[in-house]
Amino acid sequence: MTKKYDSVTRYERLREAVGNGDVDRRTFFGLLGSAGITAGLSGGIMTAMARQARAAGTELHFEGWGGVVSEALRKNAFDPYEAATGNKVIDATFGGENEVLTKVKAAGSTDGHNILHSSGITWYKRWVDNGYDVQLNLDNIPNMSNVMEAMIEPFRKITPDGLSAVPYDYGTTGIAYNTEHVSKEKAMELGANLLLDPELKGKIGGWGGDWANRAWYGALQSGQDPNDIQDWDAVWDKAREHRDLVLKYWSSGAELMDLLAKGEIYVTEAWSGRVAALQAQGHPIAYMDPPNGLAWMETMFVMKGSPMEEAEALLNFMLAPETAIAVAVGQKYPPSLDPTKVDMPEEVKNLPAFDPTGKLEGLVFRDPAAWNPHEKEQGKQWNRVQKGG
Amino acid sequence: MSDANLPIDRRPWLLLSPALVFITALVVIPMAFILVYSFYENIDLAVDVPAFQFGNWQELFTDSYYHTAIWKTLRLSVIVTVLAAVLGYIPAYVIAMTKYRHKWLLLLLLILPFWISFIIRTLSWIHIFGNQGALNGLMNLLGLGDLPIQIMYTEFTVIVGFIHVFLPYMILNVYVSLEGIDENLEPAARTLGATPWQAFREVTLPLSLPGLAAGSLLVFVLTGGSYVTPLILGGPSDFLFGNLVYDAVVTELNWPMGATLSFTLLFLLGSVVILYSRLMGMNQLAKAFG
Repeated sequence: MTKKYDSVTRYERLREAVGNGDVDRRTFFGLLGSAGITAGLSGGIMTAMARQARAAGTELHFEGWGGVVSEALRKNAFDPYEAATGNKVIDATFGGENEVLTKVKAAGSTDGHNILHSSGITWYKRWVDNGYDVQLNLDNIPNMSNVMEAMIEPFRKITPDGLSAVPYDYGTTGIAYNTEHVSKEKAMELGANLLLDPELKGKIGGWGGDWANRAWYGALQSGQDPNDIQDWDAVWDKAREHRDLVLKYWSSGAELMDLLAKGEIYVTEAWSGRVAALQAQGHPIAYMDPPNGLAWMETMFVMKGSPMEEAEALLNFMLAPETAIAVAVGQKYPPSLDPTKVDMPEEVKNLPAFDPTGKLEGLVFRDPAAWNPHEKEQGKQWNRVQKGG
Repeated sequence: MSDANLPIDRRPWLLLSPALVFITALVVIPMAFILVYSFYENIDLAVDVPAFQFGNWQELFTDSYYHTAIWKTLRLSVIVTVLAAVLGYIPAYVIAMTKYRHKWLLLLLLILPFWISFIIRTLSWIHIFGNQGALNGLMNLLGLGDLPIQIMYTEFTVIVGFIHVFLPYMILNVYVSLEGIDENLEPAARTLGATPWQAFREVTLPLSLPGLAAGSLLVFVLTGGSYVTPLILGGPSDFLFGNLVYDAVVTELNWPMGATLSFTLLFLLGSVVILYSRLMGMNQLAKAFG
């Protein structure tokens, strides 16, 4: 009797086989085809798998942040998944999810958009509010049981009936500085105000793509609680002060790394993982989280209209401890897995922002209730300030 | 029989109809949609409601932020056009006048850049002007000055990027114009006592003006409609009107305002094309690309 496995179990077993390195991809598919023929036409799983392998499987379109993050996902998640399933992951880079939303709105469909490396709670809510969410069948994603509850809870509050994404990683947006030009003492002394140091005029950068990021730092620089901003004018005054010192507002992680690596800028706010990647490459770049620095979490968001079973299988594959840890080491952001449930290697424990408790209580996240109502007005304001307004 | 009684000849319209259908379907109708959308109201990010209100247009006409962007766009477009005209005329003249047997090779070199992505060509300047780029490297090799010199992310690099990308359009148009001039005219002027410079100034240059004008129109319109080059090569102050359209549509998710700005840009650049058409006609452009 042929035992029938569900997709998840099948993929798990296949992943294990390929992951062990016992067989290369070509041999694997050859064996798979042979096994299918041996199993006959009884509708057995191997025949179905062989057919799928020959047909090159389902295409899943993934969009993310590019650079080392994409490389890590490609190497540690997508390639092995493709080898294991015969499905194809087509990955692309975006500068921000607003680009994707614009494309989806313009096309009037989500074709070509399946899984997004989505930026936290704010964007999760926006995708849901615009009706692009799905309900994941968590039975197909057993590895969700290893994910920190502290990372699941905020999303569950938005969609109590079911999740449309799985939390995947977290990090901070702190300050990166070139140690050949800025001393650690000075950086520690100035904190967020290092971005306003007139001595560094023309050697300062900033992220141009996110109004809230700039406002967060403007709040810190004007002595306000970023999750309770009372004086927006003071925030934008600080942003203007910063702007007058800025050489370039970067628009992607790859550009951030390029500017720092080539010495075009010495100081900028920066994403923790990107700085860790630069450090691993041997660049003299240090990183600090100023008091009340900004923390964030990312999800793998599944868009409406996606092939659900394949998407769920990929998410489960990506959340498997060995895959998630390999991606974390590659992209330099701690995984969403609970360190009290999953053993983390030293490489992960040493990543910036890593929380060994699995509760994330030491990090300050953006409160959507405090930020979302201001987005329309203040986002527009930031575009003007950025251009000298 | 009077003219009024002559049967109307519909053949020109029949012959034109395929082109008219395409232009209507692909240009007129989409632009009409954009115009209609400019009266809609954006009530939240990515949430627009159909309306007939003038809020977006009022903001455009009353807010100096947009006027500054228009001024910057026109100013930069003029600078790039003038520089492209000066820099483009010389190679066009050389290609047109050369006795080299393999002139096709020179023309091939001219169109070769079109085979490389516009973005790649723009990004390449980072590796030339950057702190660790070729130029600073060369100066370092020669032991010159206090290095590295900060060249990137300035208006200069934006202008260089534009000229790099749009110069072939200028050269091509001027070349076509020069090719059409009777090659005996300059020698004839010389036999009548003109110096080489006088012969060029009095004969060749005036006759090549239509090509220069066509090239200028293309470079001006293409520069005015750009937004990627300043985004890649410019600093915070280096933005064009197109960047405001990008902001409105992509980052603010405010399509009605984006539609308003898009239509304004279309109107501004369209006005330049109409002005050119009135003064020069469109024949020269057709020659260059025909």
